[in-house]
Amino acid sequence: MSKIPLILQREYLTRVKKKSFIIMTILGPILFAAMFAIPALMHLLEDTKEKHIAIIDHSGLYEGRIQNSDLLIFSYLPASEENKLRNEFGSTGYYAFLSIDDDLLKRPDAIRLFSDGQITIDVRDHISRSLRDFLREEKLKSFELEGLDHIMGEINNVRVNITTLKLGQDGTEKESSTEIAMIVSMLFAFMSYIFIFIYGTQVLRGVMEEKTSRIVEVIISSVKPFELMMGKIIGIALVALTQVVLWIVFTFLILTVLKTVVFTDAPMPTRLDGIEAIAGSQDTTAQMEELAASTGFNYGRIMEMINTMNPVTTLILFVFYFIGGYLLYASLFAAIGSAIDNETDSQQFMFPVTIPIIIALYVAMAAFRNPHSELVFWFSMIPFTSPIVMMARIPFDVPMWQVALSMALLVAGFLFTTWFAARIYRTGILMYGKKVNYKELWKWFRYSTR
Amino acid sequence: MSFLEARNVVKDYSGYLALDHVNVAVPHNTIFGLLGPNGAGKTTLIRIINQITGPDKGEILFDGRPLKSSDISRIGYLPEERGLYKKMKVGEQALYLAQLKGMSRADALKRLKFWFEKYEIQPWWDKKVEELSKGMAQKIQFIITILHKPSLLIFDEPFSGFDPINANLLKEEILNLKREGATIIFSTHNMSSVEELCDHITLINRGKAILTGEVSDVRYQYKENLVQLDISGNLEQAYTLINEKAEIVSTKSVNGNQSLQIRMPREMDVNHLLKLVINHCDIHGCQEILPGMDDIFIKVVNENKK
Repeated sequence: MSKIPLILQREYLTRVKKKSFIIMTILGPILFAAMFAIPALMHLLEDTKEKHIAIIDHSGLYEGRIQNSDLLIFSYLPASEENKLRNEFGSTGYYAFLSIDDDLLKRPDAIRLFSDGQITIDVRDHISRSLRDFLREEKLKSFELEGLDHIMGEINNVRVNITTLKLGQDGTEKESSTEIAMIVSMLFAFMSYIFIFIYGTQVLRGVMEEKTSRIVEVIISSVKPFELMMGKIIGIALVALTQVVLWIVFTFLILTVLKTVVFTDAPMPTRLDGIEAIAGSQDTTAQMEELAASTGFNYGRIMEMINTMNPVTTLILFVFYFIGGYLLYASLFAAIGSAIDNETDSQQFMFPVTIPIIIALYVAMAAFRNPHSELVFWFSMIPFTSPIVMMARIPFDVPMWQVALSMALLVAGFLFTTWFAARIYRTGILMYGKKVNYKELWKWFRYSTR
Repeated sequence: MSFLEARNVVKDYSGYLALDHVNVAVPHNTIFGLLGPNGAGKTTLIRIINQITGPDKGEILFDGRPLKSSDISRIGYLPEERGLYKKMKVGEQALYLAQLKGMSRADALKRLKFWFEKYEIQPWWDKKVEELSKGMAQKIQFIITILHKPSLLIFDEPFSGFDPINANLLKEEILNLKREGATIIFSTHNMSSVEELCDHITLINRGKAILTGEVSDVRYQYKENLVQLDISGNLEQAYTLINEKAEIVSTKSVNGNQSLQIRMPREMDVNHLLKLVINHCDIHGCQEILPGMDDIFIKVVNENKK
């Protein structure tokens, strides 16, 4: 009877019971949700105190032109007050005072904002926006053209709004979203990348632990080295799957809870709001606003778009490539772990294993832009890179035969690496205190199989 | 009949011949010493018996038939370099390793309880291995090795790391196992324990079995006509008489008697020696001295070098 289940069980249980696993499992989704929620929360937690700002207008042109907002109250003071404001600013209770010295159309820099603290971008933007709108109108008026308001209105309403549609086999139209396809593909590629590294390293450490603690000889007098290796690899694969599933479930739960508890009234702001607040520039702000309005965080719409990407097939493929990629590399990591006596020795062998993974990530980046180029195609076929590159392509509708071929190659690939690695592993775990190089590994590989 | 037999076993590590047509026969229900200097090939042979690695040529017979993979559960192996999972709890780990040997969980639990009670180490059950001392961990490893009541036990340097009290406990346990019918292979450099415990030995050097047989036979075979003679009385004359025919290697005084070690020439025997001195002094004892395994080991290995 195979003892793999027994080994697998130990590998799995000791890892999921670890504190680090539990912490990561809880922390991951919180961080992930925070990525979405923090910009939105920042919006809610914004300063809600009223700010009073004094204006001293030496030019006399702008009285009443800067409107009060919900939080900003402007009061116009006579010029005689300026000295008092300057010298006893602290006691006046104003947040800031604005001094306009001249006609801004002639001298745009004749305006200054004083405060005893750092002035927020919001305040500055509000003032400059109000004045700019007013000045624009003034300027337009100075041309004295008939029906100018109407013309301007027309110009401002020019918009191009392309809807991307996906044609089904039967000619049905479905609305698709390039942005969402990109985000999904990026997410998949990164997940595969990170998990191959994290859990591949766990395999390496696990093998090394057994070797250095010298328990391995006792174990392989009870089970075959191959069973021990496979038990460990599969056990850790299940740990990885457990983590992914828990992350997805928790993230979904947190986002749902946040959505219902915090954002009941307002539509959930997009992350773009956060960027806008930081960027602060008028033009980008205007663009962002439009974008936010059109793509706004709208569950229904996003779900609809995700639906156009065949979520079930995509998810199945994701799990397949995720596991396939992990299995392909895990056995190599196991072979490395078996060859070395301590982790510092791992560098020279880690290098050739990590190179293809990193290349795959770069190619995956290219795939977001051009998912059907020749380069991307080949890298999505090679088993060492396909788990990452193909996952980046999947949301962009890859022909069935390509997916099938890539999957078949991946299976062949991990069968090969497992066979290859097992031969090194078998000898490596019993070798101590030897300076190991590639020649040595090759010798181990060629030792008889019996 | 041999319980375990290695026939013409060859193991070649890419040009390095670890075992060169080795024949070893371990009789049923005996303690068998597998001896040899470091790097002689003992561990390789033990690993082949444990099916950790396979022979390139030759075969292993177990209980009269070729060794098969299910025999693993009938063998208990305590390697020289031994360890446990440091972060795992003692009890949990013992259960796991027992199950790997094919025991059911319930069985393993029952027998572990017995041993933990016998050695009064129940408080260790929930401790992590890293909290145990080296000697404590060795004890656990010993229990794990014998837990599934194997019919063949292989101990590689079992006494290293044990204090004299625990080493003695271990010795008794090994003798107990023999009484209960187990066959035991014992690999060690500690020759006094070989003399004390082993029935048979095979000495391996540089991949070859160079000496094999029952311990008493081997010692007899290598005897150097050395005799211990305890006398009193007219010592001067006795010395002269003995020196004429043989060589006195050493003398020492024990309880007023003189204890001599005498090396006799080949043609001389004990009767002859006694006749020489019997009319001149009182004889209190006379005994042939057999060489120790230590001396034999060194002699055989050195001769093999030439």
